[in-house]
Amino acid sequence: MKVLEKSEVKTTCFHCGEDVVTDDIIVDDKHFCCSGCKTVYEIINKNELCQYYDITNSPGINQKAKIREGKFDFLDDEKIIDKLIHFKDETQQHVIFYLPQMHCSSCIWILEHLNKINKGIIKSQVNFIKKEVTVIYDFKITSLKKVAETLTLIGYEPHINLSDVNSNKIKKYDRTKIVKLGIAGFCFGNIMMLSFPEYFSLEKLEDPALKYWFNYLNLFLSLPVFFYSASEFFISGFKGLRQRFLNIDAPIALAVLITFSRSVYEIISSTGAGYLDSMSGIVFFMLIGRYFQNRTYQSISFDRDYTSYFPLGVSVFNDDGIEKQISVADLKVGDRIKIHNDEIIPADAILFMGKATIDYSFVTGESLPIDKSIGEIVYAGGKQTSGAIELEVVKEVSQSYLTQLWNNEAFQAKKEEVKVSFIHRISRYFTYALFTVALSSATYWYFHDTTKVWSALTAVLIVACPCALLLSATFTNGNMIRILNKYKLYVKNSAVIERMANIDTIVFDKTGTITEQRKSEIVYQGQDLTTEQSQLIRSLANQSNHPLSKSVVSHLPFNKTLLVKSYKEFKGFGTSALINGNSVKMGSSEFVLNQKSLQVNSGSRVYLSINDEFLGCFIVKNSYREGLEKIVSALGSQYELKIVSGDNASEATYLKTLFGEKTEMLFDQKPEDKLNYIKNLQDQHKKVLMIGDGLNDAGALMQSDVGIAISDDTNNFSPACDAVLSGKQFSLLNELINYCRKEKVIIYASFTLSIIYNFIGLFFAVQGNLQPVIAAILMPVSSISIVLLTTGMSALYELKLKKHKA
Amino acid sequence: MSVLFILISASLMIAIGFLIAFIWSVKSGQYDDDYTPSVRMLFDDELVSNETTDITNKPTNTND
Repeated sequence: MKVLEKSEVKTTCFHCGEDVVTDDIIVDDKHFCCSGCKTVYEIINKNELCQYYDITNSPGINQKAKIREGKFDFLDDEKIIDKLIHFKDETQQHVIFYLPQMHCSSCIWILEHLNKINKGIIKSQVNFIKKEVTVIYDFKITSLKKVAETLTLIGYEPHINLSDVNSNKIKKYDRTKIVKLGIAGFCFGNIMMLSFPEYFSLEKLEDPALKYWFNYLNLFLSLPVFFYSASEFFISGFKGLRQRFLNIDAPIALAVLITFSRSVYEIISSTGAGYLDSMSGIVFFMLIGRYFQNRTYQSISFDRDYTSYFPLGVSVFNDDGIEKQISVADLKVGDRIKIHNDEIIPADAILFMGKATIDYSFVTGESLPIDKSIGEIVYAGGKQTSGAIELEVVKEVSQSYLTQLWNNEAFQAKKEEVKVSFIHRISRYFTYALFTVALSSATYWYFHDTTKVWSALTAVLIVACPCALLLSATFTNGNMIRILNKYKLYVKNSAVIERMANIDTIVFDKTGTITEQRKSEIVYQGQDLTTEQSQLIRSLANQSNHPLSKSVVSHLPFNKTLLVKSYKEFKGFGTSALINGNSVKMGSSEFVLNQKSLQVNSGSRVYLSINDEFLGCFIVKNSYREGLEKIVSALGSQYELKIVSGDNASEATYLKTLFGEKTEMLFDQKPEDKLNYIKNLQDQHKKVLMIGDGLNDAGALMQSDVGIAISDDTNNFSPACDAVLSGKQFSLLNELINYCRKEKVIIYASFTLSIIYNFIGLFFAVQGNLQPVIAAILMPVSSISIVLLTTGMSALYELKLKKHKA
Repeated sequence: MSVLFILISASLMIAIGFLIAFIWSVKSGQYDDDYTPSVRMLFDDELVSNETTDITNKPTNTND
């Protein structure tokens, strides 16, 4: 819609839909925003694939950021090829590429017509949900590298990182669940049909042989349900018991087992028809519930470690000084590597050549890039931002300062998901109550009518299995996960919802979490600068490579270059120079004013003076997320808030005004410090929600009860966590947590409903005359009403979320 | 009554046949992606210009 509105006043790029600023990039009467977009259009046009633009308006991916030539050279390496492809015969190779740019039907269309652009490609098939394309190509005509380049050419640069080659890359889609579900459904339907004569007592009119025939057919059909479809309940229940823990699957398995044995006994002894219809029905419904609950968002991976962040290939100089591409995994100590602009440094290394300005914001949380001079050590994970550099590797990839974090025990221990869930606790009470009822009714009949002991005992266990509880839980969670997805909070699994409801402390990271990534505000305070003055300052700032100087340069308009004389840089203080006979100084207040700064509210300050006359200062501030104030005050009233940042304390004063004086704030924290801080809180029995974004938060996210990674672009890397929240939805955080709190309410409500059904069933069961028809009616009615109730209630609570969104 | 035995057996056999077909379709990966085919079916088979031969329909082994 936005694009349409804009197009009335402005021209938009035919390829990517962005506003066109320059008028001169026109081909075939079509405007383009940049030459990159134009090139892509020309390629598509040349190959007669212009239908791409008919399916969706401006479907292209913006091409302003240029991709370095030779970026995919490492794909010529045989070893890397062998690891990336997953099928090969004499002529073909199959490869799966992850293309996060995929976003519309046009993307699917063009990616499935790749053979038009590269004749070596035999077939390409898209999985849109996973954002993957499977390419089958003839490696005699083309190569893996050329396939990757073909994709890059039309704007879909494949994401290939170190994790792609590190074992078990293809996660097999679990198909057995659907098969189990299908078989259970099939058998349930047929058993139900064959049981109709029994329900309506038609057997009196019919041949008794027919009755046996139906019963034995039912028995035959129930075998796959009992032995195959229901097997996961037996396995999980047994596992729980072996660990001396009664989970919800144990009583369910017991109920299924008793129902089955009693039915077999009744059929073989020709005393009745059994309850095979109810048994297969309940297994079917429970499997649907589980399937529904586990259908989480497929294109987001929650278990990423540093390998998904690191590149796969790196340029290495061999002994003769020739550049060669090798796999990062093969990098050895002593190798000399070349890192291009905007590339990530894969291993701890010493700077050998070039100007290094490294952005560590993702790794350590420092918001400003850091200058490194030759001979200094550069840590892995940083992103080079000022041209190509050469480095000598001093530590292997897996041993680097950053990757060591993953050796921490927090990454080994999986979060206990099963034991904590309140559903298991309820099911335990339920089971105890059930056994009491079953035993007391058996005792009663033992004294009154011994023939009814067994039938009463088994009937109670059959009718009152806690499957309704399992159904309530799985359907509620499934619904909530779907609704949370709608609000761009992607949770890893249903256990996260429950843990989220229990939190009492929220720990924020600063850089990239409450501030916006790679965005800083710059404000000038002081007397107005004349054009000449601003030129003097700009010329001085232009000499320095310090990030603050760079911010100042970008803030001031360019007029002309002035000659700078006797330029001096005082590390950590500032710079001075003689320009046009004026002595210009800029830097800290100590340096410029010879006095300690008195009032620092927020941000880093750059003070200015010309000819020792103080003019004012630039304040470089982090830019905070929209709605932060509102959300802090909303959350502050319910939870303990804390800030743990890897950055320096320059924003502390401002944050104090925002979060309140009492809020604990820690700065200059290493990744391990963050992890230990969370651990400390947990030792004080706090339930901690950690909100972070970068690799330096990975440990804390893992250790916390719930770790939410904020991501401005869900396609980008986010560290291992329990949930990914889109940065745009940050202001909804409070409402989303509140929504998760409703999970329990919904489950309790639907469970209460199922208890009512249980009482009706028990009423018949304790009397020892549970007719199969009653069981067969109660089971689907209770299951369906539970599904309706949970769906209705979760939609009702969603209305609240909707209100806040609007 | 014997006709009932034959009819029920026959109907069950047919039903089992469909069950086997279903299991085969799941195992061959037809349920792995439940979104893309719904979009793909809306595309025109023929490309706008037919200068080059379309090789998309060339039979290839997609089951890996």
